[in-house]
Amino acid sequence: MCLAIPGKIVELFPGSQHLATVEVAGVRRKVDLGLLQDDLPISGDWVLIHVGFAMSKISEQDALDQMQTLRILGEDEQAMQEVRGYGLDGIDERKPA
Amino acid sequence: MASLKPDAATGRVPPKVRFRDPQIEMAHGAGGIASRRLIEGLFAPLLFDSANEPLGDSAALEIAGARVAITTDCFVVKPLGFPGGSIGELAINGTVNDLAVSGARPHSIVVTFILEAGLPTDVLEAEVRAMAEAAQRAGVSVVGGDTKVVEHGMADRMYITTTGVGSFLSGVHVNPRSVRSGDRVVLSGPIGDHGITILLARGDLDLEADLRSDTRSVFPLVEAMARVAAPGLRWMRDPTRGGVATSLNELARDCGLGIHLSEDRIPVRDGVRGACELLGLDPLHIANEGQFLAVVAPDYADMALNELRQTIGGNEAVIIGEVHEQPAGSVLITTEYGGSRIIDMLVGDPLPRIC
Amino acid sequence: MRFVDEFRDPEVVTRTAEEIRRLADPSRHYRIMEVCGGHTHAIYRFGLKDILPANIELIHGPGCPVCVLPMGRIDDGLALAQQPDVIFTAFGDMMRVPGTQGSPLEHKARGMDVRIVYSPSDALKLARANPDKHVMFFAIGFETTAPSSALTLIRAKAEGIRNFSLFCNHVTIIPAIRAILDSPDMRLDGFIGPGHVSTVIGCRPYEWIATDENKPIVVSGFEPLDLLQSIVMLLRQLRAGEARVENQYKRVVPWEGNRAALRAMAEVFQLRPYFEWRGLGFISQSALRIRDNYAEWDSEHRFSVPGVRVTDPKAAQCGEVLKGVLKPAQCKLFGRECTPEHPVGALMVSSEGSCAAYYNYEYRKAMAASLAWPA
Repeated sequence: MCLAIPGKIVELFPGSQHLATVEVAGVRRKVDLGLLQDDLPISGDWVLIHVGFAMSKISEQDALDQMQTLRILGEDEQAMQEVRGYGLDGIDERKPA
Repeated sequence: MASLKPDAATGRVPPKVRFRDPQIEMAHGAGGIASRRLIEGLFAPLLFDSANEPLGDSAALEIAGARVAITTDCFVVKPLGFPGGSIGELAINGTVNDLAVSGARPHSIVVTFILEAGLPTDVLEAEVRAMAEAAQRAGVSVVGGDTKVVEHGMADRMYITTTGVGSFLSGVHVNPRSVRSGDRVVLSGPIGDHGITILLARGDLDLEADLRSDTRSVFPLVEAMARVAAPGLRWMRDPTRGGVATSLNELARDCGLGIHLSEDRIPVRDGVRGACELLGLDPLHIANEGQFLAVVAPDYADMALNELRQTIGGNEAVIIGEVHEQPAGSVLITTEYGGSRIIDMLVGDPLPRIC
Repeated sequence: MRFVDEFRDPEVVTRTAEEIRRLADPSRHYRIMEVCGGHTHAIYRFGLKDILPANIELIHGPGCPVCVLPMGRIDDGLALAQQPDVIFTAFGDMMRVPGTQGSPLEHKARGMDVRIVYSPSDALKLARANPDKHVMFFAIGFETTAPSSALTLIRAKAEGIRNFSLFCNHVTIIPAIRAILDSPDMRLDGFIGPGHVSTVIGCRPYEWIATDENKPIVVSGFEPLDLLQSIVMLLRQLRAGEARVENQYKRVVPWEGNRAALRAMAEVFQLRPYFEWRGLGFISQSALRIRDNYAEWDSEHRFSVPGVRVTDPKAAQCGEVLKGVLKPAQCKLFGRECTPEHPVGALMVSSEGSCAAYYNYEYRKAMAASLAWPA
């Protein structure tokens, strides 16, 4: 149900409209692109592979956005702690668990 | 099975194992829990003399005052040939390695062939040549053997059994009961190459990768390590079927201590990683034919590692973990950020999964 | 980017875990269910429970298609394969699942032609290569896997490959979630939503969980950072008293789902009026069957299926564990009669079943450290 892995399309299979060679960390496999026929990926795109079929295109932009969101997590809190350190605020914070 | 006495050194009673399975399944040959149960529950109590000794890769014999190591192995491989080697090479290197990790210099090998009628001669000849070359590379002599031919449809073309003898390296005494908390776990190089190569070579899964079997003699590496670290060398094993996970679980059970591994220190080549991810396999469960594990006392561990790294073929050696008191009898692996899980032996062969 | 290692960055994981500790109200005990078996597996594999605070409890949901398959269906599939010249193919996950006469692997040991395939298209390939045999594919899985089965049948029909059929045991996720929420013993604060099912069905099908049941649900990826970020998002909603559907797995899950995949499913499959789920009983409109215009590729049409119902031993409490009412260790058979090596119930057979996952990863840890595992 759930084991799906990101892979990069390295070659669109000649002679077929829906097969591509996908590479995952040094391993290559033919993958069926039929489920992405409404918006076919091209060589170089990353797709999510499940049981030999591409399920979805992976958006590098969304991935980068996610990492960015996560990296700044806690930065707000760090900033708060610095401010508290100056004794400039009167916020009553619950102690962290 | 007679009741087992508590071990004099550790005071631990080995678990009583009974073999109750009504028939033999593939799992019993996979090197995991089922295999161990067969050996401990059927073969050992009925056949082996020293049922109280932990089962090692080789047995130590005393014949007319000389201490000799002896081991035997059988090779049932499909396909016969694969990138990086063939059944013939596996046969020689496998036996050489069993002797090596018992702390013995491999000396001579006898070999038996069970051949399927209809096997083309050139296939057989290729394997025999491969064995001769592997024996020469490993510095062992093949001194005899036997052959039987069985009907077409049996023996998967060719089964090979080898029995090897060797002489113990002086100063080397490996025994799981000598393992202590604080000892380091050394691994000679990247894992999973052989098992994944075989899996891919079978062709059922339609995966391609630039991988080869890692089959080779590990004796030069063992010898190098023993040269500088013999007094601190507690235990060695070659993690074949069942992988590193199985070998270390066997150690954990035999010594009653906990083995802690760091996930980020375990070397895995790209192709192996990719295949394992796609198929839902764990590299720790995959067979290796050219690597070994060693447990070394902390005072000797760095020396052992350096010596390995300076020996040809040992440049990727690494310390992957440590021995602790807890969790007793188990192997625990920790991620870089502190999450941990128990690594168990397999039940049977590793199976690809989709969930 | 490789889209894997980045989401395991230890520094960011630690930071996210700290954020979770900040957000979690120490006076509250949070019960969050991860629906999907793949998430269960990921949680254990990455040891995430070790870095979550003690007042966040993760409950394993029923999203394990192997676990919910009744034993009778395995018997049925194996009976079909016992016909002469039939090759039984299935995913590796199915191979050790016991039927009343043994598992597929055990049948293989007795001489049946049983083969593991990674993809239904590999099973079809086998049919092309073996024209004198019939290849039967034992299909399991939720909506993640059903489109691949559908497309394979579409291709088989288009190519006129007649020696191939599918034994369809695909099930759908929404009825399973409904069964959980309908259970009177259940008390959950929120859900970690299935990530890969959602690449097909999108996020809309979960809206009733938020609006009708007032529980937040965050559709999550499978890497450590995905799961931790999803928990952050759930905690933020819970703190604010909100209940919404959110998509954490944006890089892969489109809100509207995959239209081509849904089209393929609609062409080949229709809903069965009801289907038996192991541990949950009969649920209506919860499973797929093959449409009449694909009858020739339907194993149940090509061959006659015994259709015997096999009930689980009364002592096996799979149902309660599936619903999250009981912990695996609270089932009387756990660790004794029922272990991964000789499973009695399905939750022990699949490595992502609650009981197997708990047994393999935590139970031994607890035993070894001489802790009493949670009662």
